Amino acid sequence: MKNKQLNRKSGKDPSRWKSLIGLLPFFFFIAFFLVMPSITLFSGAFQDMDGQFTLANFSFLQNTFALKSYLTSIWVSLITSVIGGAFGFFVAYATTSGRAPRWMSTILTTFSGLAANFGGVPLAFAFIATLGRTGFITALLKGICLNGPDGAAICPFNPYDHGFNLYSVVGLILAYTYFQFPLMVLTITPALEGLKKEWVEASTNLGSSSAQYWRYVALPVLLPSLLGATILLFGNAFGAYATAQALTGGSIYLVTIMIGQQIRGDVLGNPNEGYALAFGMVIIMSITIFLYVMLQRKTARWIKS
Amino acid sequence: MTKQKKNAWAIFWAILAMLYFFLPMLGTFIFSLRMKRGVLSFMAYQSVLADSHFLESFRYSATMGIITVTISVLLLLPTVYWIYIKAPWMRAAMDIITILPFVVPVIVLVFGLIRTFGRPPFQLTLTAFGTDILMTAGYVIITMPYMYRAIDVGMRSVDVRTLTEAAQSLGSNWLQVLTQVILPNLRIAVLSGALICFATVMGELILGDFLVRPALGSYMAGVGRSKAYEPAALAIISYGLTWLCLGLIQYFSRGRQDGQLTGR
Repeated sequence: MKNKQLNRKSGKDPSRWKSLIGLLPFFFFIAFFLVMPSITLFSGAFQDMDGQFTLANFSFLQNTFALKSYLTSIWVSLITSVIGGAFGFFVAYATTSGRAPRWMSTILTTFSGLAANFGGVPLAFAFIATLGRTGFITALLKGICLNGPDGAAICPFNPYDHGFNLYSVVGLILAYTYFQFPLMVLTITPALEGLKKEWVEASTNLGSSSAQYWRYVALPVLLPSLLGATILLFGNAFGAYATAQALTGGSIYLVTIMIGQQIRGDVLGNPNEGYALAFGMVIIMSITIFLYVMLQRKTARWIKS
Repeated sequence: MTKQKKNAWAIFWAILAMLYFFLPMLGTFIFSLRMKRGVLSFMAYQSVLADSHFLESFRYSATMGIITVTISVLLLLPTVYWIYIKAPWMRAAMDIITILPFVVPVIVLVFGLIRTFGRPPFQLTLTAFGTDILMTAGYVIITMPYMYRAIDVGMRSVDVRTLTEAAQSLGSNWLQVLTQVILPNLRIAVLSGALICFATVMGELILGDFLVRPALGSYMAGVGRSKAYEPAALAIISYGLTWLCLGLIQYFSRGRQDGQLTGR
């Protein structure tokens, strides 16, 4: 590699493979620290304890415990990607093309970048300090009176006496939304900015209302980006571990939490089933990212023009 | 009339979003001041900063962050450069390859790393140093999508080919081209990638926790299990750190329209 002179004419070299030499360190790194660990898991997923090929490890799907962890993960990811996606879309809508005051847009765009990158343990702490049993807002609510359904005032109003619990799936959804909707703002804003002014003008000139413009022009154009961004949010939530672990102490069985416990102490009682559990996650993530990339390409085509 | 209604609708969502952003921050901050009964004080922060474990884990994670950034740049900058100069036909493939770390969730990656490098022939988990190598590799993999994209975007905005030819005609070898011509031109892109990378390493829980190294994330998780007010203070400190990293990126890349790819 040292005496490789960079030469424009080398592009004519018929052996394309030679032009890959400089990429060897990169490929070596990926192979060693990403591909090899994945293969270890995948091959383990299809082997029994004696190393024979088997599909039995996937019988965890009949194990209600493991199956339930998948369903919980998918459920939480779906809910937060739809809620976060819709919320983020409206926020992005508000911040683009001056519909909300400029200073608001600036704050929102800046904080979206921050919040989308803010997750993990500190996020869980923030929600515990705010909405936990002794949290700031909980304490505020305890200080006020609310009218109950029967008209009688409830004093003090403790949300924890009325079905709210931060250390549950509801709390998890609230916390995830904190990084989900800003990610939506970041991913959908370019698409919204790509909507051309002429389209609104044209459809107005043709006599359509604002609702008709959205129904027949904007939303169909935005659909691939919206779907793509929502799918990205799904993947973002599906792979998350730290927030759930720190918020609920691992008492909500997401797949990631299950895998964590499997690494620590083989809770499934069969290491190979743990590999199968991890393999399933990678499959779901692959589908997710694949769909995202496909939809993103579809979007890129009209955003650039 | 329609216009006004539209704006009210937009402002409604904008305010809701701001509440969502700020209430947890405000709540956490006020909560963190309440350690001493009856008065607001910075006692929780003092308690955190006086804890030698905090300083140790902070130093450890910061060191790991810097090492990760260094290795990541050393690995990716020449790679992206090579692709632009020698193998532009690889770009589409590289876009896919560098997004692969998103396909393997961190918890699955650490599972695979432990099972692969926890036994011969590549046993790395026996010593602290070996484990640190594994940690760094994991961090480089996790942050690769950000770093690659940052460098790729930067490389796209300068004419690397012309720069290279100009430098070569003046007698530079490839190392000089890379360090004295390409890198200075990409400093903002590399810096953005580096800061995102650093912030990610500082907040990361899984690798440090499962490879049993004294990283900041594991320390915070431990504090969260045993203390009441310190976690809030830690959350604020962590907020500040992320804020600082991203603020620096925005400061350095003012006026530039770089795409950002995030995810957790």
